[in-house]
Amino acid sequence: MSLLLFLAQTLRIAIPYLFAAAGGALAERAGVVSLTLEGFMLGGAFGAVLGSHYTGSAWIGLVTGVAWGLMLALIHAVCSIRYKADQIVVGVAINLFTVGITRFFLQLAFESSSNSPRVAGFGGDAGSSAAAFLTNPLVWMGIVVMPALWWVVQKTTFGLRVRAVGEHPQAAASVGVPVNRVRYVAVLGSGALAALGGVYLALDQHQFTDSMTAGRGFIALAAVIFGRWDPLRAGLACLLFAAAETLQIQLQAAQLIPSQFVAMIPYVLTIVAVAGVVGRSTPPAALGRTTD
Amino acid sequence: MNARLRVVLEEAVLPPLVALAVAFVAGDLLILIYGQAPGAVWRALLEGTWGNAYGFGQVLYKATTLTCTGLAVAMSLRAGLFNIGAEGQLAAGGFGAAVAGLALPAGTPWVIAVPLCTLAACVAGGAVGAVPGVLRARFGAHEVIVTIMSNFIVLALLNYIVSAKLHVPETLHTPEMHAGQVARLSGVIAGFHGSAANWTLLIVAAACALAWWYLFRTRAGYELRAVGLQPDAAEYAGVRVGRTWRNALTLSGALAGLGGINFVLGYKGYYEDGFAGGAGFLGIAVALVGRNHPLGVLLAALFFATLSQGGLAINAMVPKQIVEVLQGIVIIAVATSVPEVRRVLRNAAGKLAGGRA
Repeated sequence: MSLLLFLAQTLRIAIPYLFAAAGGALAERAGVVSLTLEGFMLGGAFGAVLGSHYTGSAWIGLVTGVAWGLMLALIHAVCSIRYKADQIVVGVAINLFTVGITRFFLQLAFESSSNSPRVAGFGGDAGSSAAAFLTNPLVWMGIVVMPALWWVVQKTTFGLRVRAVGEHPQAAASVGVPVNRVRYVAVLGSGALAALGGVYLALDQHQFTDSMTAGRGFIALAAVIFGRWDPLRAGLACLLFAAAETLQIQLQAAQLIPSQFVAMIPYVLTIVAVAGVVGRSTPPAALGRTTD
Repeated sequence: MNARLRVVLEEAVLPPLVALAVAFVAGDLLILIYGQAPGAVWRALLEGTWGNAYGFGQVLYKATTLTCTGLAVAMSLRAGLFNIGAEGQLAAGGFGAAVAGLALPAGTPWVIAVPLCTLAACVAGGAVGAVPGVLRARFGAHEVIVTIMSNFIVLALLNYIVSAKLHVPETLHTPEMHAGQVARLSGVIAGFHGSAANWTLLIVAAACALAWWYLFRTRAGYELRAVGLQPDAAEYAGVRVGRTWRNALTLSGALAGLGGINFVLGYKGYYEDGFAGGAGFLGIAVALVGRNHPLGVLLAALFFATLSQGGLAINAMVPKQIVEVLQGIVIIAVATSVPEVRRVLRNAAGKLAGGRA
């Protein structure tokens, strides 16, 4: 297999991780725990298929997918920021809620418990030519999302505020930063970004299937943590995890390593990273805490 | 207002009631969207669960597992830690019990086999729980991250073992155990016929009582709660915080693992890939709604079991997934209303006190 094909396949797998990890990095840098990425992605995927199905336009699907992500993120933000609910609990609940609500509306809209009909999407079908892959606008957005996020977080006033409310909200508040408003924007942004990961999945496969995100939101979260909450490092972690998966798919016939062990790689690396055996991964200081 | 009464109200009574009300309204809306009559659907849900012996047996069966995972999460939260790994620990416990039952010679009397298999379930779950405990105590690794990741690792490992090493051909389950099976309740109460309710629920009820005794009547439990409330103060008072964290997460894992016997010993007689089916994650909801108290956990487990069995009862009218939505809403509503109810009541109490002065 050529190196180029390997890279293309890696990128194809990495795109949803890159979007979701960008969302996770943004919210967590602002101090809000992101166990919700999985739910945001799933909601985005379903929203995209609804929009694309009823209008026949993949672009409108993109918009409705992001709208679903924003809707779910708003629930997360209101509960966690306005009402100071436990962010971990709300995160777990939103994931559960999203699985249920997408299944409910899948039944209502398409009378199916497993998948939607085929809808208009971006690019060709899975496994089609590289040219079709490169015409998918979401691929290009996915490639630039992490560098762009890095620039926002490190080089803009908004990014400075995000970092401030994530590290020391009291200090930020004392110099006039509207802590809660910055966190709202960060969480909504994370909803939109993670939803794009789901939109990509659904529009690449031209349909929604039940629970189609299959734990990708948690791999993205692992990438954020493994990347020490830095967008560029998190982006590299996404590529690393995707490369491992690609290798696994290519080597499937050879049966060198059981697929389950390759699937464990992101999670094991993340545990090693937070345990600090090599270069400790430390979260933003105020992660998970709300203040008055 | 009486201070103790206020605490009970704001911590244990009002939030679940608020959540129930919110869930009812949301449920009504979803049912109406689907073009059905809410009253009829709710009635069918109750009749299909508490209204007949089979349905009630299923509720008891589901509540047995949920009690274990709920206790597991509650135990960790009492120590100020959040165990999100109950899903993997539950699966590990079931696997441990099934392997123990396979290793025993056929014809082992149940008085030996059942305790051994139960112990194996607790040890397997406890081992999975000990990892985040040790990493937290030794390296300060955040237990939430480690337990999330451990779920995926444990489930992938078990999937590998069951699909590649230890299984009945063409299936994803282990061979049937030689000993250790527990009888169904239907052997004694004929009405339960067909339901999976079984005598392991007595073991789980005993574990629930033991958990209460440990938390509220022993020195170790007192230390655990002290660490949960204020680790620095507990350390200053001479409690070894790291050891308490390790013990709490190990115990938490063991409780989640115990839940595996309900499926393995009481229902199927073997370990099956994916049997946990979200019961570990639902344990978070059970602990939250049960306010981290063993009695509350028991009641909350019955509530969530009723919802999940109720979904099947109403599936002819509305998609059964409506109960997953409601479960999510209940969790969000309780998590949100706990701090809010506390704030509102404190404000009201403050105004009353101010008025008198």
